[in-house]
Amino acid sequence: MKENKKTYWKGLEQLNNDPEFVKHADREFPELPSALGEDGSASRRDFLKLMGFSLAAASLAACEAPVRKAIPYVNKPVDVNPSIPNYYASTFTSGGDYASVVVKTREGRPIKIDGNDLSPINKGKVNAIVEASVLSLYDKQRLTGPMAAGQKTDWKTLDAEVKSKLAAAGNVKIVANTILSPSTLESLNLLSEAVGGAEVIMYDPISNYGITKASETYYGAAVLPSYSFDKANTIVSFGADFLGTWISPIEFAGQYAKTRKISKEKPVMSRHYQFESNLSLAGANADYRTPIKASQSGLAVLALYNAIAKKAGAATVSAPAVEIAHLEMAANDLWASKGASLVVSGSNDPNVQVVIHAINELLGNNGVTVDFATPANFRKGDDSKMNQFVSDLKGGRVGGVVFYNCNPVYDFARGAEIAEGIAAAKVSVATNGTLDETASLVQYVAPDHNFLESWNDFEPKLGHFSLSQPTISPLFDTRQAQDSFLTWAGAGVNYYDFLRQNWEAGMFTQTETGGNFQEFWDQALYNGVYKLEKSAEALAPVGDVAAAAAAVGKTYAAASPAAELVIYTKVGIGSGTFANIPWLQEMPDPITKATWDNYLTVSQKWASDNGVTMFEENTQKAQITVNGKSLIVPILIQPGQADGTFGLALGYGRTKAGRVADGVGVNAYDLLDASAGFVNFDITSGVEVAVTGDSYKIARTQTHQTFMGRENVIQEATLAEYKQDASAGRYKPEIYKDGEFIKPSKISLWSGHKYSQHHWGLAIDMNSCIGCSACSVACQVENNVAVVGKQEVLNRREMAWIRIDRYYSSDAPADDLEGMEVASTNPEVTFQPMMCQHCNNAPCETVCPVAATTHSTEGLNQMTYNRCIGTRYCANNCPYKVRRFNWFKYHDNKDFAGVNVAQNSDLGKMVLNPDVTVRARGVMEKCSLCVQRIQAGKLAAKREKRKVQDGDVNVACAVACPTDALVFGDMNDPNSKVSQMLKIEDNSTSALKEVNEERAYHVLEEINVSPNVWYFTKIRNKEKNEA
Amino acid sequence: MLSKRSLVGVRLNFHTLAVLFFFLIGTQVFAADPAVVESDEAIAAGKSVFNANCKTCHKLDQKMIGPALRGVTDRQSAEWAKSFIKNSSAVIASGDEYATALFAEFNNTVMPAHTFLSDDDLNNLLSYIEFGDKVDPAAAAATAAGGEGAVAAGGGIPTEYLTVIVVVLVIVLLLILIVLGLIISVLTKYINKQDLDADDKEFVSQKFELGKLLKSDGFVIIVTALVIALVAKTAIDGLYSVGVQQGYAPTQPIAYSHALHAGTLEIQCQYCHTGVEIGRSANIPSPNICMNCHTHVQNVQGKDGISPEIQKIYDAVDNNKPIEWVRVHNLPDLAYFNHSQHVKVGGIECQTCHGPIQEMEVVRQHSALTMGWCIDCHRNTEINSQGNEYYDKLVQLHSDSKDALKVKDIGGLECAKCHY
Repeated sequence: MKENKKTYWKGLEQLNNDPEFVKHADREFPELPSALGEDGSASRRDFLKLMGFSLAAASLAACEAPVRKAIPYVNKPVDVNPSIPNYYASTFTSGGDYASVVVKTREGRPIKIDGNDLSPINKGKVNAIVEASVLSLYDKQRLTGPMAAGQKTDWKTLDAEVKSKLAAAGNVKIVANTILSPSTLESLNLLSEAVGGAEVIMYDPISNYGITKASETYYGAAVLPSYSFDKANTIVSFGADFLGTWISPIEFAGQYAKTRKISKEKPVMSRHYQFESNLSLAGANADYRTPIKASQSGLAVLALYNAIAKKAGAATVSAPAVEIAHLEMAANDLWASKGASLVVSGSNDPNVQVVIHAINELLGNNGVTVDFATPANFRKGDDSKMNQFVSDLKGGRVGGVVFYNCNPVYDFARGAEIAEGIAAAKVSVATNGTLDETASLVQYVAPDHNFLESWNDFEPKLGHFSLSQPTISPLFDTRQAQDSFLTWAGAGVNYYDFLRQNWEAGMFTQTETGGNFQEFWDQALYNGVYKLEKSAEALAPVGDVAAAAAAVGKTYAAASPAAELVIYTKVGIGSGTFANIPWLQEMPDPITKATWDNYLTVSQKWASDNGVTMFEENTQKAQITVNGKSLIVPILIQPGQADGTFGLALGYGRTKAGRVADGVGVNAYDLLDASAGFVNFDITSGVEVAVTGDSYKIARTQTHQTFMGRENVIQEATLAEYKQDASAGRYKPEIYKDGEFIKPSKISLWSGHKYSQHHWGLAIDMNSCIGCSACSVACQVENNVAVVGKQEVLNRREMAWIRIDRYYSSDAPADDLEGMEVASTNPEVTFQPMMCQHCNNAPCETVCPVAATTHSTEGLNQMTYNRCIGTRYCANNCPYKVRRFNWFKYHDNKDFAGVNVAQNSDLGKMVLNPDVTVRARGVMEKCSLCVQRIQAGKLAAKREKRKVQDGDVNVACAVACPTDALVFGDMNDPNSKVSQMLKIEDNSTSALKEVNEERAYHVLEEINVSPNVWYFTKIRNKEKNEA
Repeated sequence: MLSKRSLVGVRLNFHTLAVLFFFLIGTQVFAADPAVVESDEAIAAGKSVFNANCKTCHKLDQKMIGPALRGVTDRQSAEWAKSFIKNSSAVIASGDEYATALFAEFNNTVMPAHTFLSDDDLNNLLSYIEFGDKVDPAAAAATAAGGEGAVAAGGGIPTEYLTVIVVVLVIVLLLILIVLGLIISVLTKYINKQDLDADDKEFVSQKFELGKLLKSDGFVIIVTALVIALVAKTAIDGLYSVGVQQGYAPTQPIAYSHALHAGTLEIQCQYCHTGVEIGRSANIPSPNICMNCHTHVQNVQGKDGISPEIQKIYDAVDNNKPIEWVRVHNLPDLAYFNHSQHVKVGGIECQTCHGPIQEMEVVRQHSALTMGWCIDCHRNTEINSQGNEYYDKLVQLHSDSKDALKVKDIGGLECAKCHY
């Protein structure tokens, strides 16, 4: 046999005998660390010895079962029963962000937050931040007791010192975010009196000062109106992300969804125009979206005003001409739906907001969709006062400062100046619960309870009250901030009594029902909300739009060539207050699908001009310089980004938030500009962006951006088409068999299941789904889904059971496959929640070698972790890619302790749902349709000897969904909502239900896996199908 | 729910004494109240009143926290009894001699007022006290024995038969061996009479050599195979029992006796294990439940002072320090079990899984608590669907079948019923 003399090289490194290569030659995969010692000393023998020892050790350990204790209460509270959840109505607030909630507790530990159905504001719904906020209670970063000069102290010492120092300081300022609580304001009044007059200065990290200021100019009262998107047939938004982050997104999303639900009986929906620079969540849902530069936005508003004024016969204002697509169409639609339309703007420029007020006034929306009679308190921040405060503090003119649960050093535009100035105050106190950027600089920290440990009241809107109550006794030696205020004021009353006294003297005396106060209080506490019928004066314009218009005309330009930066807020991270909650860090941004980072969003044109490409997660870094301040940020190419503009999210770049958030992303608050008397989020001059050439990876959960025209996945139509034909847009695949074309469901290898009692199903209305991802976080909390961290997301190993696929449309023709991968410049966006489809002919079940995934008699595809051996055949055979594999042990593993905090410390673990197993390494997991809730609902019915009623059982995602896009129920029950939505004809025991709703479809219907999850076609209110 | 076997002896003695007492010393005999009748309805109604209100502290024929009740209407008037039941403190305060003496006899233990009981309730109660649950000692003993027999018959059919079969088989084999030996010797004798060459002779007269047999391949293979099979069987059995703690009876911080509380005193299980009908865990009682009785009961009957075991409860309460019981029944985290499903919905007796708990001085794990054990029960247990609307549709769909509706028929063997 001829000897082979050829040598094969793995690469040039081997050929050259590169020392680095030689060193690592024993490893198959360079990036993975060697399994045994770095020096390679461990031999096969050592390995066998080790294995033998560990095997023996393991078997020995297994023989002796550990002694486990069962420790009952000493004195069991009457209403706390182990294993039975208790629910308490309470309230979530973070500054002016508000939600009335119901807190689920188990054995006295809050483990889940849902919306409170009785609330007229958030109507039983929540968003991602509210869902995740329960983990803030179990944050390792929380202070465990009072601090003085960076050292632990006790409350007595702190109180004595703070009290005397505040009284002696003179010119005390109390700085806070919006305070919604009337009783807290009362307690601050007492403190103010005690220290000889202290001014309360409120600011909001995400300021909407422009609106209140504009109301003052135009209507003579500095109020934020209530908005009613549900009464609007035409909605025009200039950069206001009212579905994601603007003022009260949960409330607005619910209202908006009402106008987007469509059926054969009611084939009408609102039309939504969005003019914006960044692609926001609201923009992604708009029927017509026009990318505009931030510098044009003021002129666009003026142009709209003039167009409406012409129709209304009112005086127009002088305005530079500007060319904005769809603006005239928007004006026509607005005028046609006069009195039932709504124009909003996200700008913080008071002049722009005056023009917005004037437009709504011309349209007769005042009193209908814009309600000044029910002023909202969500944003009471006053940027000019805050500016004055910062100047005073820096100038040494502030004697004492109390920071009430706010972090202006981080989240105010002039944070750095505050950081410098704090030392100039004689006394500085913070009530912040953690040693954050601000609290770490003050002399005294009197840590407040977490909101789940506190008593409080709130008035989010005039006459709308809400209470919060403790759902757990304080975990640490903290004290409610209001108790601190009352103590320092020498009021001699605790806050709970103070609160009750306020209610007895206030709300109770104003009720008409009478009765005794205790009953009134108990009922209000039980409901969590209380409404007083009162309204403010309706407002009529007193100001002049012309002056504001002239100012707008000067500030904005029709075609500015300069680069512009639009600083925005992400749905998950928001202002950054809850950045240390890993659930929010790992929640993919609804639009970019990126986790664990903020980044500079750039337009596709800018990217190609500057030679920036983005392949999957790989991108480059850029340096952005704004008026002398520079940040290095990764670049993310964003379809829909207005040319010449860049976007950068707030809430990142924390330095003292805790282990999870510190060092993630960059702090964009530094770039904000407060020089014009308000915090400006649109930086239209002095912006420079330069590509540095450094490469970077952004962890995105979706790397393929378009659906490539696959109608079997995304089915959509326009409203006009829908009115013609209710099944418009439906893709109906047929299969050729025996000389004829038949529906795929007519052929099957399987004999089919029988569901004699229940047949659980899920209907998902893609017209209602706005992509907000509240469901995703709710699922994570309910089902103990692990957080895996940025590196593992990059490895495509995120664990979320429900993801929201976001698809962009493409301009390319159907036969240009490569072109179809590229999203349009201004794409249409579709959101599709995707979770286990619980197929009746499940492909995963047939390939499992150990029958770890099986089908139940109720239509569920069951996953049995303790049986799973981790072959991953099921995941490979799943056409929907919804199965997630545990590549590591994510719990009790120090490698994940920094990200998966809910499963790695005794404190964090208190949030886990005791009814759901924490999965081990090497097993597959996926959506179970909240089988633990199904079982609990059935058991309750059995105990009460009755049938399961619709609504007894609901899955966590559907409960959280602010738009009711997800509807869960029993398809065997003709009265269930899901049966009626799907128009199921025969609710018999068959697994294959005949569904008569024309819009309902299965994703990938042609493969006939027969899912129990149905999707409803997306309908856009467009004249014709155009991007 | 609780067996009464253990009481028989006590009751016998007590009865004899009571009877003697009545005949020899009985001086005060009260006329029976006409309202206290011996009718089945009255006794049944009275029993439910008794179980709901009296049982924790009283028995009919034995002293407990309070006196034995039977014969109360003989000792005092029915009217007196009624007023005492309604509000004993008032009767004692009125200076009633008998009541005061009784109060003193039972360590000044206050009986709660029962003002909510109607006159009918009280009459029924007295009927039950007088005529209810009279146990003929002989009959009781017979029932107890019968019960035990039934259990034995139900549990152990195969072992006895197996032994008999094995013994018979061994005898048959021995007989065959003997017969074979006889045949060989007869044949050898016959062959030896023939003319044989050397080879044949050697063959016929060869001696049986044990050493050779032991070294032969066949023997070695058979023995090796047997040894391997035995070792393997032991190993597999051993591995199957890893983590199975059947019989586990750890020492508890307090020497609490279920035999005394649940057996002798017949306290309902649910009295202490409050969660058993409402939730997943049955709940180990918190000391405040213990204190309902042990505020008064400070020692076992007949002893003075405070029992050191009961003192531990007082210490726990005084120091606000919970009692750290050792968990006996440990299910793995991956298995979800809910007591209320089985007890409240399924109507399963506690003893079905926990064994004769009313006889245990120290609680031990009676059942294997393995998945096979769960599944076996789910295969065989009928659904308790009577009067439960939840099951109506399932019962109706199952009505064609000859077999009863069992847990397995409605998905009781599915993974996600217990694993999620």
